[in-house]
Amino acid sequence: MDQRRRELLRIMELEFAAIDLNLFLDTHPDELRALADYNAVAQELMRAKTAYESRYGPILNYGQSMSQETWRWVEEPWPWEITFNR
Amino acid sequence: MWIYEKKLEYPIRVSYTNPRLAKEIITQYGGPDGELAASLRYLTQRYTMPIPQAKAVLTDIGTEELAHMEVVAALVYNLIKNATVEEIKAAGLDDYYADHDKALYFVNAAGAPWVASYIQSKGDPVADLHEDMAAEQKARSTYEYLIRLSDDPDVTDALRFLREREVVHFQRFGETLNLVHEWMDSKKVF
Repeated sequence: MDQRRRELLRIMELEFAAIDLNLFLDTHPDELRALADYNAVAQELMRAKTAYESRYGPILNYGQSMSQETWRWVEEPWPWEITFNR
Repeated sequence: MWIYEKKLEYPIRVSYTNPRLAKEIITQYGGPDGELAASLRYLTQRYTMPIPQAKAVLTDIGTEELAHMEVVAALVYNLIKNATVEEIKAAGLDDYYADHDKALYFVNAAGAPWVASYIQSKGDPVADLHEDMAAEQKARSTYEYLIRLSDDPDVTDALRFLREREVVHFQRFGETLNLVHEWMDSKKVF
């Protein structure tokens, strides 16, 4: 697996943890341990995304990420063009 | 407002061109228990939910279902993108090809287009949440049938992930239903 896919995979792992904790917290908003986990994951996810974006361009649109030098949002590959074949 | 993230929720692998499997999996794109139906059902039911947790759950699960729709689309796209017309004919996907080439369209496994009557938005939170729990169970069954039909272990891996999410969503909707019942009980005046 190339470097880009490894980094993307790490973002997917972290964001999946965030999604699952988010849904749990929706019905358990007073669970402080889950909240602490969510905040820790969110912080690490932000770091991973910032590092990825500095190399491969924005992962978020509409002002949620900046694009350095040129407008890299339009660059391929798009998500459905990236497979993780062994 | 929604923001697009230039990534899938789950990394997909597709071992080989397989239009037969694509024809089956596309039902989770535009079929009665598919991800489009799930997403639109939750996102349209949320407006009339009576408690904040229910508004959050429907918004967040409705959003995750959009991400699942994209994973299903990516599977179908990669299963057919290199298929020859002969392979498409042999797989029985020629009827679909006549109307859509290899483009993604919202149909069930038999080719029937998506219709809004697949979903309901009743305004009664108990009725809506029961529908949502049933929808998750129906989607779970569909993924189990697709896993049985799949002859590609890499595709099966993504189908297993999607199946597990239905189980988690069912759990969260059940908890939401309990919270709605508690809210209704708290409003009773004797």
